[in-house]
Amino acid sequence: MSLQRYFVKRLLVMIPVLFGVSILTFSLTKMLPGSPVDYILQFQETTPGLREQLEAQYNLNEPVYVQYWLWLRDAMVLDFGDSLISDRSVSGAILRRLPKTLLLGGGGFLIAVTIGIPLGVLAAVNNGNTIDEASRVGALLGIATPNFWLGLMLLLVFSVQLGWFRVIPPDMPTLSLPMLKFVILPAITLGTASSALIMRLTRSSMVEELNKDYVRTAKAKGLSERTVIVKHVLRNSMVSVVTVAAIQVAFIVNGSVVIEQVFSWPGVGRMLIQAITQRDLPVLQAIVLMIAVTIVFVNLIADLLYSWLDPRIRY
Amino acid sequence: MSHESQRTTTTERGRIQVTGFDTSVFEDRDERFEWQQAESTVSRERWTRAWERFKRNRTALVGLAIIAVMLFTTVFARPIAFEGVTIQPFSLAPFDPTASNFGALNQPPSIAHPFGTDWSGKDIFSRVMYGGRYSLTIGVITVGIALSVGVPLGAIAGYYGGWVDEVIMRLVDILYAFPFLVLAIALISVLGQGFWNMITALVLVVWIAYARLLRGEVLSVKENEYVTAAKALGARDRSIIFRHVVPNAMAPVIVQATLGIGTVVLNAAALGFLGLGLEPGSPEWGSMLARGRSSLIQGQWWITVFPGLAIFLFVLSINLVGDGVRDAVDPQGDSGGNAGVR
Repeated sequence: MSLQRYFVKRLLVMIPVLFGVSILTFSLTKMLPGSPVDYILQFQETTPGLREQLEAQYNLNEPVYVQYWLWLRDAMVLDFGDSLISDRSVSGAILRRLPKTLLLGGGGFLIAVTIGIPLGVLAAVNNGNTIDEASRVGALLGIATPNFWLGLMLLLVFSVQLGWFRVIPPDMPTLSLPMLKFVILPAITLGTASSALIMRLTRSSMVEELNKDYVRTAKAKGLSERTVIVKHVLRNSMVSVVTVAAIQVAFIVNGSVVIEQVFSWPGVGRMLIQAITQRDLPVLQAIVLMIAVTIVFVNLIADLLYSWLDPRIRY
Repeated sequence: MSHESQRTTTTERGRIQVTGFDTSVFEDRDERFEWQQAESTVSRERWTRAWERFKRNRTALVGLAIIAVMLFTTVFARPIAFEGVTIQPFSLAPFDPTASNFGALNQPPSIAHPFGTDWSGKDIFSRVMYGGRYSLTIGVITVGIALSVGVPLGAIAGYYGGWVDEVIMRLVDILYAFPFLVLAIALISVLGQGFWNMITALVLVVWIAYARLLRGEVLSVKENEYVTAAKALGARDRSIIFRHVVPNAMAPVIVQATLGIGTVVLNAAALGFLGLGLEPGSPEWGSMLARGRSSLIQGQWWITVFPGLAIFLFVLSINLVGDGVRDAVDPQGDSGGNAGVR
């Protein structure tokens, strides 16, 4: 299959997945016990007139598929209606909080990659000896530590005991110096488990590459160990690391939901938990849909990148 | 003379005449070369060999020992009664893990309370001992049910291919678009809190990993000659899938399932921490940290340190065991850590 045909096929496969994702997100609220009007009114007693008015306003007297279609049509242009709690536009509220989450996620990703890849290379080059064993133990510890607990422990040591960081994030613009300082601890918390996974993967794919014939050829023609690793082996083993880095995006979204709670970080993850405890359905739907669509696209990019980097791979 | 007798017993026209042997001998041979028996001894040997390899792995045995100790403490922490009959009468925990003591709020660790007490005076040592019951059962039950859903669906998708495969794998793709916790949180918001609701939500999230992994393995295993041979012998699809294909494709799934217990326990604890797990105040390790942040800021470190250590120790041990299982059953399959984590 040529690259173009693969790209087209991969794009077509995405359409049913996106539909499925939207149907699943939409039906979440339909599966809740009670009528949506109860949630709009937050279970307070009202007159029948107001109920009917609300039903008409939210198209609740239409058949379900019409409701889905109307919801999807609005969702396509990022119109998720108003929050049931604050009466403000849902997408506006999400967009206001998004930079904070992107800062945290970006920081976590940066830490995961800058720690994970060099340590993985180090472990692979020292395959079998003490450094490799130490990295294996380190990765195990990184994976086994609950991220929220690691966050609490960092908060305890560096904020409460040593007083190096604030306990609550400063009320400042996202790209201000105090904010960038505060994000250090949450980013470390978020990046730790990912860096362990990236390290293990870099190690195993590099060990595999190091045993290949071209490495022996390169060494035989007199290239230094360093040139062989940096120019030949690292490049080839990065192909599989790219896909794992993409999986880490989902992993980081996952982690930020919890870690934003640990550090009172005013991002989208915290908004999701608030929406659930307050039963704010439009906010819940909007965030869940937004996350899922992002991940579908990240996976698409990873797949395309993978097949472009390694032309042997076709599905 | 047998020539003659055979010819007379055959009445149908056009039948191939097989002559020159005794029918009783033929049946004897058929029984001796019963292929199902041969296959089952081979697979039994394989698991014995895997166990031999596992036993030699010291770090994996350390993990298993820690899990055994945790299992022991949690079983004997409080008596277990089943339908009014006490099955396990011992009570090693010094205090009732759910009893509040308003005379001893937020006490730091002491001899009476080795791990201190929390904001309602509950003894944290007893709660950590008892809390293993929740984490351990949630981990094992969730992975067990997820396997019993994911394995058949993955096997069917991989074996039959075509539209069955398309439907199952698109469903898996759709669920894969939601990060582990986000999907679990969304499902719990629909199902409500509680032990079985949490397990249901986690199962719905976890099974896709096993289905996807097994399908990939089945795709390569079904190309083997013995599968063609079984088909040629007229074996039914169901018996080919579950007797020949699945046992040979299970190794990576078993590894992932072992590590998956750790993933499930971590995420269940995260749900507890977010206040979305069990009922508030349950002595579950994650839920014990739910109000940990505020007590931490007030300097009461023991409330968060000990339950977190328990989760860490358990997940670490599961990972040690999981790595040992991988080395034992699937020596080539080092995918680098726990790929089941999403």
